Amino acid sequence: MTPPTLAVWKFASCDGCQLTLLDCEDELLALAGEVEIAHFLEASSAVADGPYDLSLVEGSITTAADAERIRHVREISRTLVTIGACATAGGIQALRNFGDVAEFTSVVYARPEYISTLATSTPIAAHVPVDFELRGCPIDKRQLLEVLTAFLHGRRPNTPAHSVCHECKARGTVCVMVAHGTPCLGPVTHAGCGAICPAYGRGCYGCFGPMESPNPRSLTTWLGARGVPDGELDRVFATFNVAAFDAVSTGAASTKDGHDASQ
Amino acid sequence: MTHRNDRTLSVGALARVEGEGAMYVKVTGREVEEVRLDIYEPPRFFEAFLRGRAHTEPPDITARICGICPVAYQMSACLAIEDACGVHVDGQLAALRRLLYCGEWIESHALHIYLLHAPDFLGYPSAVAMARDHREVMERGLALKKAGNAILELLGGRAIHPINVRVGGFYRAPARAELAPLAETLRRARDDALETAAWVAGFDFPDLTIDHELLAVSEPGTYAIERGGLRTASGLAFPAAAFQDHVVEEQVPHSTALHATLDGRRYLTGPLARYELSGHRLSPLAREAATAAGLGARCRNPFRSVIVRAVEVVYAVDEALRIIAGYEPPPRPYVEVPPRAGTGYGVTEAPRGTLFHRYDLDADGMITAAVITPPTSQNQAAIEADLRAFVQDRIDLDDVMLTARCEQAIRNYDPCISCSTHFLDLTVDRS
Repeated sequence: MTPPTLAVWKFASCDGCQLTLLDCEDELLALAGEVEIAHFLEASSAVADGPYDLSLVEGSITTAADAERIRHVREISRTLVTIGACATAGGIQALRNFGDVAEFTSVVYARPEYISTLATSTPIAAHVPVDFELRGCPIDKRQLLEVLTAFLHGRRPNTPAHSVCHECKARGTVCVMVAHGTPCLGPVTHAGCGAICPAYGRGCYGCFGPMESPNPRSLTTWLGARGVPDGELDRVFATFNVAAFDAVSTGAASTKDGHDASQ
Repeated sequence: MTHRNDRTLSVGALARVEGEGAMYVKVTGREVEEVRLDIYEPPRFFEAFLRGRAHTEPPDITARICGICPVAYQMSACLAIEDACGVHVDGQLAALRRLLYCGEWIESHALHIYLLHAPDFLGYPSAVAMARDHREVMERGLALKKAGNAILELLGGRAIHPINVRVGGFYRAPARAELAPLAETLRRARDDALETAAWVAGFDFPDLTIDHELLAVSEPGTYAIERGGLRTASGLAFPAAAFQDHVVEEQVPHSTALHATLDGRRYLTGPLARYELSGHRLSPLAREAATAAGLGARCRNPFRSVIVRAVEVVYAVDEALRIIAGYEPPPRPYVEVPPRAGTGYGVTEAPRGTLFHRYDLDADGMITAAVITPPTSQNQAAIEADLRAFVQDRIDLDDVMLTARCEQAIRNYDPCISCSTHFLDLTVDRS
């Protein structure tokens, strides 16, 4: 039996999520025995033709050419899994969605006319059907191995969609918000990192994006009441998953309105 | 394709580099007419959206410019912000920063040596293919890489985009006892690093000599990594604040990375520059490894940069052990950095070269302007010049061989194309 083929694709991103695969130092050679790494430009100049059994896609869509390329990648991939906040939410470069990309270009480049880019940075799922999204900025190595193992064995990956708070409790970390008043996005943030930040005495900064049923409005009210200034509240969700948190808070606003009406 | 003596050579998507790029070579008759390193990584506009952010945010935000060297971005960002605010971080906090940076050097260099560059020298398309014939070698490389990541994970919280760095220091400083198991890992890594230096010294190196200006961070008494001023091979010395007086970035049509020149000249930053300017400050063990590997006081063949990287890994492991041995937990994990209006500058040595940050802050500490000059844009003109000379000397090679050699040559510079914010696509145009 021929081994399943794995392809890794990059769009606008920092390379960190595909590097996570190479960071599996203890598992990489074993994995290479289980799958044929058929297309992984960061790691190999040998490229086997598709179609591929499993494609991992890193990065967001920010150019017209990439919007075309992702359609081609989808066509030649039996299963397509997006990895990381750029691919699942548009990444930090989605801050342009809330600004003026022409003005952004003029700030960075003296000759903006040489630069071709879209006005928005959008997740892969906005362009093609995606079979599974793995969250994180960056993704977690153990979760990546879980996703690879699951798809190689034809089952769904086990990556809980509850909040970082669950992971803090499991880790035995004292709540930084309750004990120290440290602003923390853990209650609204998707689990997966293992609750690293609170274990280091800082609040979660939301790099895995929104959890399954978040209430960011409640959290910002709570934070505001404890002295976090308005200007800072505006920025706390405006990072690596800005578009995902924005979509949630738009939805959360209507939920809250409904809640208010019942009072 | 060959038409008479004129041809173009094109590498469509360069593999084993970080990011996306392409290479285009135009040959007319027997003369190389043009060499272009095309960077088509889509722009991500970091300098634009940093405006309006708080002075505490650049370490987390700019880490996302590069998943391979996030610590470099975090460190240059911290230095620049602290400079703007008139704060100097030293003592054990500075030592912890250097320790974290050593972790990134070990991880990034081991990645580059074993997974990206060694397959070129030994004739394999990938490290995985190489591992079929050289299993033990690859296991050694992965163990070394893992040791670097062990530093990043302990001190930074995770290997990619560490969470423990803040302006002024760290969120949490480790206890001495936490570093003991790390020291044990590093003692094994030191043997792996020495074996790595001896292994790469035995590779077959094509001839190529460069005469570029060289630029590196320089700090008296040490092999500069995480702080310092700047020095050049021609004897120029200037502080980070004067970087923009000397380095001018220009946009070229074929690249989303800006091209830089130093006082009007192309220049090179990275391992060769560091080794020439600070090599005498390496630890005795690293100097011995360099001598045993056949390096003199300077190395001007970019192909031999893989040896310099291996020597730097020896040094980084050695240095990490030295820092751990002398570590005393600081009274607080960070110093306060109260904001003030001003401009600050920071330079550090990313594994692939000098990384400059500048921030303008208003009185509330909000960023009004940001300038980031990554190593790859500084090196791009020198890379193109080197490739031109390299191709000219090998003009009779067929396209397949020439393309392979060019790809190997580009990897000499460990280009991190993500920092422009994509693959090398090589085109040789023999028209």
